[in-house]
Amino acid sequence: MKNMLYSNPQYRVMGDRALLVELGDEIDVEVNNKVRELFVAIKADPLEGVVETIPSYRSLLLIFDPLKTTLSLLQNRVDLLKTLDLSQLPEPRRIEIPVLYGSEYGPDLEWVAGYHGITPDEVIRLHTAHTYHVYMIGFMPGFPYMGELPEALMTPRRETPRTVVPRGSVALAQRQTGIYSTQSPGGWQIIGRTPLTLFDPGKWPPALLEMGDRVKFFAIDEEEMTDWEQ
Amino acid sequence: MGAVETLEILTSGPLTTVQDRGRFGFGRYGVPPSGAVDSFSLRVGNLLVGNREDEASLEITVIGPKIIALIDVIIAITGADLQPKVNETPLEMWCSHLLKKGDVLSFKGPKSGCRAYLAIGGGISVQNIMGSKSTNLAAQFGGLEGRPFKKGDTISSDSPARYLKAVGRSFDKALIPSYEKDQVLRVISGPQDDHFSTKAKEIFLGSPFQVTPQSDRTGIRLAGPRIETKKNLKESIISEGVVPGAVQIPGDAQPIIILGETVTGGYRKIATVISADLPLLGQLKPGDTVNFLKVSMDEAYQAIGSVSTGAALFQSSV
Repeated sequence: MKNMLYSNPQYRVMGDRALLVELGDEIDVEVNNKVRELFVAIKADPLEGVVETIPSYRSLLLIFDPLKTTLSLLQNRVDLLKTLDLSQLPEPRRIEIPVLYGSEYGPDLEWVAGYHGITPDEVIRLHTAHTYHVYMIGFMPGFPYMGELPEALMTPRRETPRTVVPRGSVALAQRQTGIYSTQSPGGWQIIGRTPLTLFDPGKWPPALLEMGDRVKFFAIDEEEMTDWEQ
Repeated sequence: MGAVETLEILTSGPLTTVQDRGRFGFGRYGVPPSGAVDSFSLRVGNLLVGNREDEASLEITVIGPKIIALIDVIIAITGADLQPKVNETPLEMWCSHLLKKGDVLSFKGPKSGCRAYLAIGGGISVQNIMGSKSTNLAAQFGGLEGRPFKKGDTISSDSPARYLKAVGRSFDKALIPSYEKDQVLRVISGPQDDHFSTKAKEIFLGSPFQVTPQSDRTGIRLAGPRIETKKNLKESIISEGVVPGAVQIPGDAQPIIILGETVTGGYRKIATVISADLPLLGQLKPGDTVNFLKVSMDEAYQAIGSVSTGAALFQSSV
């Protein structure tokens, strides 16, 4: 049996106005779904004084206004919440994401193929064959951390990070795959690019993906890329 | 009356942006708070010119811009002393002043602190994005087109004439913070203090750290003795949400104090700066020295109480 899931939440304080609620100790879909359950429960019945709720792989960070609530009050509320019936959890959304793999759009595709001793086409086949779980959004607005990559695609980060990674770059690092939602420096292996907009501050919701989504990639060619962009 | 052009940037400093109290409630989408690093100076400046305390101001970093008034407008400058002057006359900080049409505001140079705040009666008329006017430089949105000000930009304010009566207000001199080159920051241990040996924690609390030039709005990078994590631990932890003020120890064993441009991170946090001392982080500049002082949760809450009381008293007086 898995013991990576804690039977009771573990609390850590982050200064005088944040409470970290840890629900397990591994990057694992089951642990992450527990975080999502707690997150959804708190969204449905907001905790007084909490100004920000940040879900991540295995924990939920509650940032609060110390003039409106206290650490012990929050801890009690979370303890009560976890015993509630959380079967109301919405079904994960299924989202398909077009990717133009290789060439200038995926400058590390050849290297990744070489690292695993397979062809670039085989990398694309493997990457598009699996459905990925969105663990969390972080690092930059709209950036999804997704997993697990098949064993045959587990790749270390680049030794020297790039100073500029274009927006929409689809990338690999260790057991995860992600999409650069805005242009930024970055050290992940870039294998392709999506024409979809991952983050648009003027839209609601601002991010295309959120925690709990199920994502599948499909390959497109340059012509289709142009069509998608219009 | 609506939005009226009040100021024009004649020359820009290296980094002047629009910032308010910040953008909260969008962490689930990876959106960080941004906002004024020194929120105390932001609030006081706004109250001086008659704005709501959470209105947006110009956050000016080390080197000031040169700005001309396009109409009569009320301003106040708080925070770092960059030696502001109007035309050739020095301008008293922490007071509200009338800028007459054609007056030129400039800055002689940094004397103390790192970030000055220019509050304008009527605020800054830019789009509210996810509840805030703050500039997010990394994702390039908010404020003025998501970027710093440059020469030729104009600033609009809402009904500035209504604020002219706020002229001549001043903040209690006894309450103006001093920005020392040697700063003590009070911290609460954790969240991962148990990942460090007693010796490492002693070094952290007992040593001065110097602010390095690599510091910016994303974090204050410090240089000092190495803070080693316990043996047999992985280099990083599983990424988790973070707050401004969290002191993380990355692989090079040198502390970084996280500021408001980050939502998640995968480094251990040995301690977290208390809320009452967060505004001071905005005034640390390269070369300054930081010492960390461990306090209890009770002391942290008492400190918040005294800061809030000072601001509240001032608010009721204006």
